[in-house]
Amino acid sequence: MTWISLKLLRALVTMWLVLTFVFFVLRLSGDPTMVLLPDDVDQATRDFYRAKWGLDLPLWEQYTSYLRALLQGDFGVSFRNNLDAFQVVWERVPKTALLGLASIAVALLIGMPLGVLAAVYRNSWLDRIVMSIAVFGFSMPNFFLGILLILIFSLKLRVLPSSGSGTWQHLIMPAATLGTGFAAQIARYTRSSMIEVLSKAYMRTARSKGASLGQRVVRHALPNASVPVVTVLGIKIGEMLGWAVVTETVFAWPGIGRLLTSAVATRDLAVVQCIMIILAFTMVMANMLVDLIYGWLDPRVRVGRRAQA
Amino acid sequence: MSVIDSVGPGRTRRWLAGLSQLPVVVICAMCFMALMLFVAAFAQLVQPYAFDHVDLMNRMTPPVPLSGATWTHPLGTDTLGRDLLSRLLVAAQTSMLLSILGTVLGAVMGIALGFVAAHKGGLWDEVIMGLVDFQAAMPWFIIALAILAFMGNSMVIFIGIMALYGWETYARITRGLVLSAREQGYALAVRGLGGKPSRVYVHHILPNIAGPLIVQLTINFPSTILFETSLSFLGLGIRPPMTSLGQMLGDGRDYLINAWWLAVIPGMVIFLTTLSMSVLGDWLRIKLDPSLET
Amino acid sequence: MTALLHAESLRKSYQVGRRSLFRKARRFNAVDGVSLTLERGETLGIVGESGCGKSTLSRLVLGLSPCDEGGVVFDGTPLPGQDTEAWRRLRRRVQLIYQDAAGALDPRQTIRTQIEEPLRIHGLPLERAQKAMADVGLVPAMGSRHPFELSGGQLQRVVIARALTLNPDLIVMDEPVSALDVSIQAQIVNLIQDLQRDRGLAYLFVTHDLSVLRHVSDRVAVMYLGEVVEEAPRDAFFDGALHPYARALLEAVPVPDPARRSRAAPRIGDPPNPAAPPPACRFHPRCPFATDVCRAERPALRDFGGRRAACHRVEELSQ
Repeated sequence: MTWISLKLLRALVTMWLVLTFVFFVLRLSGDPTMVLLPDDVDQATRDFYRAKWGLDLPLWEQYTSYLRALLQGDFGVSFRNNLDAFQVVWERVPKTALLGLASIAVALLIGMPLGVLAAVYRNSWLDRIVMSIAVFGFSMPNFFLGILLILIFSLKLRVLPSSGSGTWQHLIMPAATLGTGFAAQIARYTRSSMIEVLSKAYMRTARSKGASLGQRVVRHALPNASVPVVTVLGIKIGEMLGWAVVTETVFAWPGIGRLLTSAVATRDLAVVQCIMIILAFTMVMANMLVDLIYGWLDPRVRVGRRAQA
Repeated sequence: MSVIDSVGPGRTRRWLAGLSQLPVVVICAMCFMALMLFVAAFAQLVQPYAFDHVDLMNRMTPPVPLSGATWTHPLGTDTLGRDLLSRLLVAAQTSMLLSILGTVLGAVMGIALGFVAAHKGGLWDEVIMGLVDFQAAMPWFIIALAILAFMGNSMVIFIGIMALYGWETYARITRGLVLSAREQGYALAVRGLGGKPSRVYVHHILPNIAGPLIVQLTINFPSTILFETSLSFLGLGIRPPMTSLGQMLGDGRDYLINAWWLAVIPGMVIFLTTLSMSVLGDWLRIKLDPSLET
Repeated sequence: MTALLHAESLRKSYQVGRRSLFRKARRFNAVDGVSLTLERGETLGIVGESGCGKSTLSRLVLGLSPCDEGGVVFDGTPLPGQDTEAWRRLRRRVQLIYQDAAGALDPRQTIRTQIEEPLRIHGLPLERAQKAMADVGLVPAMGSRHPFELSGGQLQRVVIARALTLNPDLIVMDEPVSALDVSIQAQIVNLIQDLQRDRGLAYLFVTHDLSVLRHVSDRVAVMYLGEVVEEAPRDAFFDGALHPYARALLEAVPVPDPARRSRAAPRIGDPPNPAAPPPACRFHPRCPFATDVCRAERPALRDFGGRRAACHRVEELSQ
């Protein structure tokens, strides 16, 4: 119990640090009125907007009111169109979630079977081919993969749309682009995790009971081997969010990432801030969940994880 | 003294014999990285044109195997008629130097903090490891994006951001390695001889834990390259008039329909670089710790 | 003239297990009130079973780890605090050599570099390394080798040479030959004795092996569960110990001549857990002569004419 509350506390502290970091990075990076308002605006208008956005207050007061507003769920208004920043971002969440889930599905559906095959036929030519593909997979920059896919499937073969998000065809290339690198990593982790499980005594027991290779792998080995794989997936969520920004930009996929690049280009402070907070929150939650699941599955983790780190 | 011993003809021959036993893939990766390092050092000496030399009469000529190509521009030209080969060399140089600098700075910072955490213990350890956890829990790529967008196009900031990317892995690894190395007999013996902690750390522990740290460096390098090229690809890292591989690829993306090579050639260079480093990193890791080869 | 080394009532305890909210961490006394004196050029042998605190004692005496109570006076001055400048300077006069010679050397440096290291640390002329190597019987060509290219006996010579470069007054030898083959043991023991004769070194020689001690020591101290139970000049000790535990140790030494073998060697079984030592006389559960007083009262270390022992029944038993 104390262990769980410790984890919660840790997540809270991390979240608070992220919020503080975001605040200072964005506020210290220059006067938004200089960026957002036309150059020929007179000083009075400038001051009006400074007062309106609370930019004339001392930094400390801005910080406390920022935290207070966040706690009340107020993420400010978009400087560009005066809409509630949270609303603007929230509208895009389903698209990014769709892309993320589809990519995770791609990663698992490709990565796990390949990893299992490589482990079962360890050191064979099949293993070598799978592992070579994996090295290619995670060395491939995903913006480049996206562009290659567009070149081949949209421009040469003309079978898939190159941008937008209307139909399920629109999802194929972005999900493949975002999923490939993770499929490669998952194939690797599955392989090493499977190899470890296959050498355990209960696998020999299953064999002596007369279970077939397929049964042994699917029923006995895979459930045990997939635990570390899933946790790895959780840890990689942050990396995935970063790549999602790039992928959404390449395919003009209207999710949070695409919004972020355009908000950054127009210096829409409130929207950028809101996106960073939401993504950081997602990541902290994912990390905490992974920790909790891991500790629940493996009691050894609860004591002295730091000690052996 | 030992330097003189190591330069005999016998050593050289043995070294060459060792080289011939390497897997072909590893040799290819080594050659490609050697080429990239050469470009990083001498791009200006080998480039046929200045990378920003505009020649509007020769716009978008294709690279050599394609029809309409000329040997005056072996990789063709871009939309402003700038020689693609020259641009590629300079871009590769920028990307390599930035990634090397970022990796090295991050490694130095992480290793130093790892040493401090292990040496001081107590509150220092807690704070440094807290920072490590914090860094690992932040979506750094996205924060980097925001910093670059709002703090502007400054090389110093960009390099700082690159250095902060990945430092925490070195800090964590170094701390663990130092804590165990410090209890080794040789470290205790040097202390018993009257050596200061700095001597123990610099002369004895650092050389003995260098292996795993170098492996980590090669493993991190591809992601640092991807970090730089992705940011430049989004138009936030290296910006014109300077050029980097990611920025070239981002520019070329707009001309996919009639000049696909503008994007594909720099993309291939990025891909081959990360691929070579991954291959080398895997090979080094298994060589240094055979127990990993399961 | 003052003794080279005098230690007074040294005490050191370690935490056992983890402290939790409801339970105070248990501690055990590795060294529990030990006093000893060492003169210049003298060898004091310390013997005891594993876990009796002899290694902890050697580290305390050198100031390598701090003691909880008591103090050590070296050549008239108390030991300076850990890792201070004065503490580092003191390393030139006291050195430690222990069982694991291979572990005590940096695997990545050549032998010569490592023998020269103390000289570099203290800014002394590097030529001393040559002499130290010659003194321990290492040919100069060894200098360019790495530790993994040397045998166990050679490694121990390297470690001794490294200590000698500083011209110390005192070397603590913690089981210096236990890891070596018997034939090599003899060589190293002879080397250690030759060095003492030539250089006037004082040794604190810690071992579980009485037959080695008989060879090298001037005086012998027996430790049991963190305490010194008997201390005597070598010849007196090997002629007949006063404490029952010391006797048992002596009886356990294999004697080459079967005719001299004792018929009634006391069997004392395995030592108790040092973390939970028995009360009163710590030896009483294993002692064949224990009486009620042994179970009730802790015996003091008493003087018996040039030797000391901590047993209630010395007088009765020596009759």
